[in-house]
Amino acid sequence: MNILSAFVVVLLVMLVAVFLIPGEKKNAIRWTMAAGSMVILGLAGYLVWNFLAQREAGATDKFLFADSTVWYEGVINISYSVGVDGVSVAMIMLSAIVVITGVFASWAVEDKAKEYFLWFIMLSIGVFGFFISVDLFTMFLFYEVALIPMYLLIGVWGSGDKEYAAMKLTLMLMGGSAFLMVGIFGIYYFSAEDGGALTFNLEEIAANAAMPIEWQRVFFPLTFVGFGVLGAMFPFHTWSPDGHASAPTAVSMLHAGVLMKLGGYGCFRVAMTLMPEACKEQAWIFIVLTGISVVYGAFSACVQNDLKYINAYSSVSHCGLVLFALLMMNQTAMTGAILQMLSHGLMTALFFALIGMIYGQTHTRDIRYLGGLMQVMPFLCVCYVIAGMASLGLPGLSGFVAEMTIFVGSFAHEDLFHRVLVIGGCTSIVITAVYILRVVGKILFGPLYKIEKVGDQYNYVSEHHGEVHHYPLRDAIWYEKIATIGLIVSIAIIGLYPVWISDMISESLEAVAAMLN
Amino acid sequence: MDLDYSQFLSMSHEVSLVVVLIVLLLADLLIKNKKAFQYLAIAAFALHTVAGFYSYTDLAGDAFAGMYVSGAAQSFVKNILNVGTLIVFFFSFEWNNNENKSGVGEFFFLTLSTLIGMYFMVSAGDFLFFYIGLETASIPMAALVAMNKKGTEGAEAAAKYILTASFSSGVMLFGISLIYGACGSLYFDEVQAAFTNITALHIFALVCFIAGVGFKISLVPFHFWTADTYQGAPTGITAYLSVISKGAAVFAFMCILYKAFANEPDVWQNILWWLIVITITIGNLFAIRQKNLKRFLAFSSISQAGYIMLGVFASSQTGMSSTIYYILIYMFTNLAAFGIISAIENKTGKVGMDDYNGLYSTNPKLAFAMTLAMFSLGGIPPFAGFFSKFFIFAAVAEHGDYLLVFLALLNTIISLYYYLLVVKAMFINKSDSPIETIKIDAMSRVALLVCVVAILVIGFISSIYMNIYEISFGFAN
Repeated sequence: MNILSAFVVVLLVMLVAVFLIPGEKKNAIRWTMAAGSMVILGLAGYLVWNFLAQREAGATDKFLFADSTVWYEGVINISYSVGVDGVSVAMIMLSAIVVITGVFASWAVEDKAKEYFLWFIMLSIGVFGFFISVDLFTMFLFYEVALIPMYLLIGVWGSGDKEYAAMKLTLMLMGGSAFLMVGIFGIYYFSAEDGGALTFNLEEIAANAAMPIEWQRVFFPLTFVGFGVLGAMFPFHTWSPDGHASAPTAVSMLHAGVLMKLGGYGCFRVAMTLMPEACKEQAWIFIVLTGISVVYGAFSACVQNDLKYINAYSSVSHCGLVLFALLMMNQTAMTGAILQMLSHGLMTALFFALIGMIYGQTHTRDIRYLGGLMQVMPFLCVCYVIAGMASLGLPGLSGFVAEMTIFVGSFAHEDLFHRVLVIGGCTSIVITAVYILRVVGKILFGPLYKIEKVGDQYNYVSEHHGEVHHYPLRDAIWYEKIATIGLIVSIAIIGLYPVWISDMISESLEAVAAMLN
Repeated sequence: MDLDYSQFLSMSHEVSLVVVLIVLLLADLLIKNKKAFQYLAIAAFALHTVAGFYSYTDLAGDAFAGMYVSGAAQSFVKNILNVGTLIVFFFSFEWNNNENKSGVGEFFFLTLSTLIGMYFMVSAGDFLFFYIGLETASIPMAALVAMNKKGTEGAEAAAKYILTASFSSGVMLFGISLIYGACGSLYFDEVQAAFTNITALHIFALVCFIAGVGFKISLVPFHFWTADTYQGAPTGITAYLSVISKGAAVFAFMCILYKAFANEPDVWQNILWWLIVITITIGNLFAIRQKNLKRFLAFSSISQAGYIMLGVFASSQTGMSSTIYYILIYMFTNLAAFGIISAIENKTGKVGMDDYNGLYSTNPKLAFAMTLAMFSLGGIPPFAGFFSKFFIFAAVAEHGDYLLVFLALLNTIISLYYYLLVVKAMFINKSDSPIETIKIDAMSRVALLVCVVAILVIGFISSIYMNIYEISFGFAN
């Protein structure tokens, strides 16, 4: 079997296995999940290693490990086609890491754990299927498979105003995919010259380049906006803060860490690669919009009080930077964009994991009611500081590598328009420092606030409708440590030794960048 | 001239159904036990259904000088109708045993009478034959709708149905007479040749005809009977109305448009364009506010009718195949939804959306099946509804009308909202008195299982759609 299909197959096996285990045996379900996601991580590692080895040996195909099976033909030509280039390999690695850490972060889910993990696997199937596909139809199918479980994951297991948030998120993302679907039909029916066999295969469409420019002008914005909604592009980002704030921990991790990357990846892989002329013409519109995302997201994060909202707006800002850099359309900036996807995926997953772990004990995420946590839970707090440092771009961690590459690449444009916007975008780094340090200073350091010490035990004291609750506080336990350490190690690896990964990505982008320039 | 009896051979579906009807009529006199009669009826009809599959390839041909046409596509559609009807019988088993006060024999006899009318519609090669089929399919339906003797809703539903049905028949007959006046013939192929050089008369005739059929398919603005009739009728009959009856009418309508009016497609495509947009939008907007699940599905099925008409609009072989495919999948999906509603209604009498709050905690399997049905209706992959929607949109895109695709897709977002409301009620909402854990009868369970499996697998089996494409005869043939 093809190694790429193996990802989906392993997940399907997990789906069946968890489905067959009775709901009461929660530990059996958890360990099945852990074992399955270990296999996925192993496969991903093997894939990276093998991919690099094949490139080393001189494999020049655009997509390696390619495999194709005809599914529908005649009336409509659909095949199940898989293949990966450096960009998709990076995304698969990211997904594998976030999925396994997500499983450990979900260890404490007690309520309907079986159903929770079933939907969780569904979501993962969508994500992996999307990244391995090179057929537009199956890509879109997996894309939607990844979206719909969010509704129930947030609606059932979420917190706060979860029903509203779940519905808003689902409808906005599905609205995006309505735009996208029109774009996909356009791409399909213009995929070959008159009389040629129509195809959904990305490589063949790009090779045929048959879509006339006047139709590209119609379908490029539809496709770009369609994916852009998931990439939290201004003004279609409003689902993101509500959705992330209400989602359970691991779902926030997976959603911000991986799912939002589907948007950026799709913009690049489908919209920009297949309709390059329209992309060149219209890029300025989207550069402005994503530029607004970058700065506006960062400013919004500064004034939020809910930890999850802060991080969600920070995601809007960072994901905006991904699209912003892609639209700069040169190899360096685009490499930076993909690195930013990786880096943001890892650190936002770490953030959401930590927030979830803190919230699980204090039952509040409002930074006005938290203080001095460093004394109480040093492990989690140190991790939080590391995540914060990665987010504001401290050298040695992944954020620096990504943002540096992006801004160096973007600044290569010499005209005023690009220069001004890039300088505007750069300010987000400073604003990021503001909101990160604000949180770190307020809740981690400083005197204990609303926390009492009884013997060796710290308790969080909260008043709710006149009732006083004492929630006992503790530091991270083993499964929480696995999740956080796993993510921190990955962030540090990218930060300290980024060359192999940026080379892998950059190589795959060469042709596209040349075409777009 | 002597009648050539061999032409009845090409009517094997009809002949076999008539045999079933006669058997049931006699059996009704002899068998007084409701259960025994139902087993016999279902067995006989199942036999007919299976036989239908074995006779469908080598049956091309026409009868009665071209008034009756049969080919692979017609046979396939009849088979779809058969399977759907069989599933309805399975779901109605419990209701027939306990609630049906009007006679079980009548239930089967009337249902199968309407079915034979639908066969005629599907196989029509002539406007008169089509009209005969349509009336045969409508009049017994009114009696079926009235079979619900609880309260006055059944009578109201039947009255609304029969009044609008006869009114629409009148309008349509008027249209048909004008077509005859303008073209000098009622045969589809002769009308095709004569329906050129459009005048106001042609257009008026076409409009009357479309309006008449619009009532049957419940396109907006001819939909006013739908919600009340669906709500008042026994749930099995509602399911039958929303799926079988609608499917047959759409297919027959498509054949007529593709054949008789093939020379002037612009005229009716313009009409259909607006009808589709209005139907989908209004159906969706009204569905949002419904609290009774049967009314809810009534409006949902109005908007689904709009989606089905997209394939008709596309005017091509792809259009025809995607329409048939959509009907097939819509049938399994909607029947699953109605099956669950009817099972719960039979046990508890509850049909409100609020009654379904917390259904997952008490009846997880039913809630799961209902979720699948809702996702499939909403067009969520990987369920069958996604494939049918995708292919029907593809047909319109191939036709070149991306604006219509876009409008229809925007509407799927609205529809997703209300389908998710049902899911939300079952999974998320809490209830103090959820529906107790119920055990549904074996017949319903089998039928539900069939529907669920169909929803899960049909899309993945590509040969189904490819075969339908092969047998679709397409535009102007």
